[in-house]
Amino acid sequence: MSTNSDIEERVPRRRTWRDIDLRAVAPFAALILLLIIGALVNPNFIGLTNLANVATRSAFIAIIAVGATFVISSGDLDLSVGSMVAFVASLMILFMNSGAIADPSLMLVAAMVLAVVIGSACGLLNGLITTLGRIEPFIATLGTMGIYRGLTTWLSQGGAITLQSSELQSLYRPAYFGNVLGVPVPIVVILVVTAIAAFVLYRTRYGRHVVAVGSSREVARYSGIHVDRVRTIAFVIQGLCVAVAVLLYVPRLGSTSATTGILWELQAITAVVVGGTALKGGAGRVWGTICGAFILELVGNIMLLSNFISEYLIGAIQGSIIIIAMLVQRSLTRKS
Amino acid sequence: MANDGAIASVPVLAAERISKTFGEVQVLFSVDMDILPGEVHALVGENGAGKSTFIKILSGFQPPSSGRILLDGEPVTLPANSAAEALGIILIHQEFNLAEHLTVTESLFLGREVARFGVLDRKAMRAETRRVLDMLGSRIDENALISSLAVADKQMVEIAKAISRDARVIFMDEPTAVLSREEAGVLFDQVRKLKAKGTSFVFVSHKLDEVMEISDRVTVLRDGQWIKTAPTSMLDGEAIAQLMVGRELSSLYPTKHEPDVDETIVLSVRGLTTGYVQDANFELRKGEVLGFSGLIGSGRSELMEAIAGLRPRLAGEVLLHGEPLVAGDFREANRRGLAYMTKDRKGMGLLLDEGMTTNLTLQSLGQHVTHGYLDPGSEAKAMARARRRFDIRVRDDRVRVGRMSGGNQQKLLLAKVMETEPQVIIIDEPTRGIDVGTKQQIYHFIAALAREGRSIIVVSSEMPEVIGLCTRVAVMREGHLVGMLEGEEISEQMIMRYAAGLRRKAVG
Repeated sequence: MSTNSDIEERVPRRRTWRDIDLRAVAPFAALILLLIIGALVNPNFIGLTNLANVATRSAFIAIIAVGATFVISSGDLDLSVGSMVAFVASLMILFMNSGAIADPSLMLVAAMVLAVVIGSACGLLNGLITTLGRIEPFIATLGTMGIYRGLTTWLSQGGAITLQSSELQSLYRPAYFGNVLGVPVPIVVILVVTAIAAFVLYRTRYGRHVVAVGSSREVARYSGIHVDRVRTIAFVIQGLCVAVAVLLYVPRLGSTSATTGILWELQAITAVVVGGTALKGGAGRVWGTICGAFILELVGNIMLLSNFISEYLIGAIQGSIIIIAMLVQRSLTRKS
Repeated sequence: MANDGAIASVPVLAAERISKTFGEVQVLFSVDMDILPGEVHALVGENGAGKSTFIKILSGFQPPSSGRILLDGEPVTLPANSAAEALGIILIHQEFNLAEHLTVTESLFLGREVARFGVLDRKAMRAETRRVLDMLGSRIDENALISSLAVADKQMVEIAKAISRDARVIFMDEPTAVLSREEAGVLFDQVRKLKAKGTSFVFVSHKLDEVMEISDRVTVLRDGQWIKTAPTSMLDGEAIAQLMVGRELSSLYPTKHEPDVDETIVLSVRGLTTGYVQDANFELRKGEVLGFSGLIGSGRSELMEAIAGLRPRLAGEVLLHGEPLVAGDFREANRRGLAYMTKDRKGMGLLLDEGMTTNLTLQSLGQHVTHGYLDPGSEAKAMARARRRFDIRVRDDRVRVGRMSGGNQQKLLLAKVMETEPQVIIIDEPTRGIDVGTKQQIYHFIAALAREGRSIIVVSSEMPEVIGLCTRVAVMREGHLVGMLEGEEISEQMIMRYAAGLRRKAVG
């Protein structure tokens, strides 16, 4: 058919440069560009302290977005994560306030386990409504978004839920404010969560199934994959990630309210899309997601440090970023 | 180059030294072609010969890298993105361009709706749609939703759409790939009628008998090069096939090996009933190639999917190696050595956005897991093995599967299914839309698998294929298994008699 030999010869030379997937590289290029812009705007920006601060602050969104990467890669969407943060955090603090366990350390461990269990259960519920109930994930999680938020408002009676025991507070504080070998704990958590997620997504059977289900449900079904199970587990992973974010969130303020985590779902989705994961499912990029979350936080930081754009415009800028990211993604797809 | 015997006339559309390069890969090399008014011009070639690209260029969907296109003898630059339709140049895509949620009428008038005082004139549009459909001898309801139509009917809607636009040249990419014989016959009648009115057709097909039947002239492409243009009357199927592959085609079908009568029965289906299929009974022996023939919509795929566990069954049982197979559990069937290869390689078989390896190992990932994680080295080995075994030829082994030719996709799909090491393989339409050379290869793969002692069911709408490959042929009609032919009985006429309901005998 074709002269194979001369084609084979050309391949290695072409490979070096053409093989770089522009879509995978784009978010990191954008990150570097932002760092340069930031440095020009304000010399303090590029300092290690400032950057570490930015990374620390991006932790909640980054960790939630890692979970969202799974849900979006498998072709679904979870709008309930922001409400879920408020709900899980409220229950966790209420449990700690209940004083059910006398020993503070034991109490803390039990509360953390509880948060993880509740987060996973919330995710499972989202997954089951979507798969067993055969309801579009957009609608299903719009519903649970209202439910989790409403329950939180009810639990807090419209006000705040605050961790009362100062002993517990001081015991828990290092989980957000502490350092491991000089690195802030939230950054360590981001890296650990992302590394595990990347491993699951790229190197396990489940990860491959997520990509297959996201690319084509039919092909996955005809390949003997339990499509609904894969989708449900992705929602559970999302719930788990929300729980991990809550574990970092509670020691930070020691308090939640009905407005905790509002619009976080949009930030998480933005981070995922900016990171290069296609919203229609398929290719998931976990490290890109982290990069996306970091970009969102950096933009805010640059706006704060510079004096020519009001920081009240942050929402507008983040909104523009998602649109630009989609445009860039599409133009890169066309070229490749 | 005049139509033999006809009055020499100016070609409606002509291509002059058209070349096309994608990145660094050149797919067309100075190809010439002219389309005369009122002719049916067949464009043939193996998969990857550049036919699809060429007609996309001629219909304005892609710009040529070099060369000219002449419309009525004048050089033109065809407007991109189907705007060439306004010039009467229409391409009917291999994959249909129909929105599933629109009705037939809405589809026909999409983008050029008829309006009176700004309000849609639904009545006029419906009437016009009916007129065109009647002209085509089609009984499709003009108010039906596209999603409710069978594939053949969707094809008909595409053709109706082309006709309703006063087409001058209609490009048809494999129009009969999804049609039954009767439907293809209806289509050809319409082509002849329109041709008599001066409409020209360019007909891309792998079915050489159809090329012989319908076309006036044939242009052969091979590896992106123009090979020959000649009046069809001066060629025969064998000659065209030779021009396409550039070598003698030794026998298309491998020799058959009939299993011994007392060979073990590996699969037996008893009284299987689904919503449409009624009481199907048959047995499959070790090393046998059993054919399933019948018209499109006769329930063959439904039966096979029910056997494989992809579809629920209402009654009946399936025994695999004598042990019953649980209904509706495809994974269990897979694990026990029964595989089903879908006829829809793009929609259900392969992930088009992924690479070859991801696709190859998708169904058998368990083999590549060590200590809970996937071993890319092991997957790469499987890929290299599959490429050798099934002769998958690609320019770059990291290519997205969606960009591979149909033949290579089909080989990859076969390789994917074979990775599960099945003993019983159900292959639904093994060679749909692929070229002669690859067909021949796939036939030999099937025969080789049977010689290894595996048992194969071939479901096919191409009768020569079933006849050439199988030692027994089951015929289905309207959900019933109406005949089981053996030996001398296996012939097109006999199969047709059963398929059309002229004969039936008790089976099972």
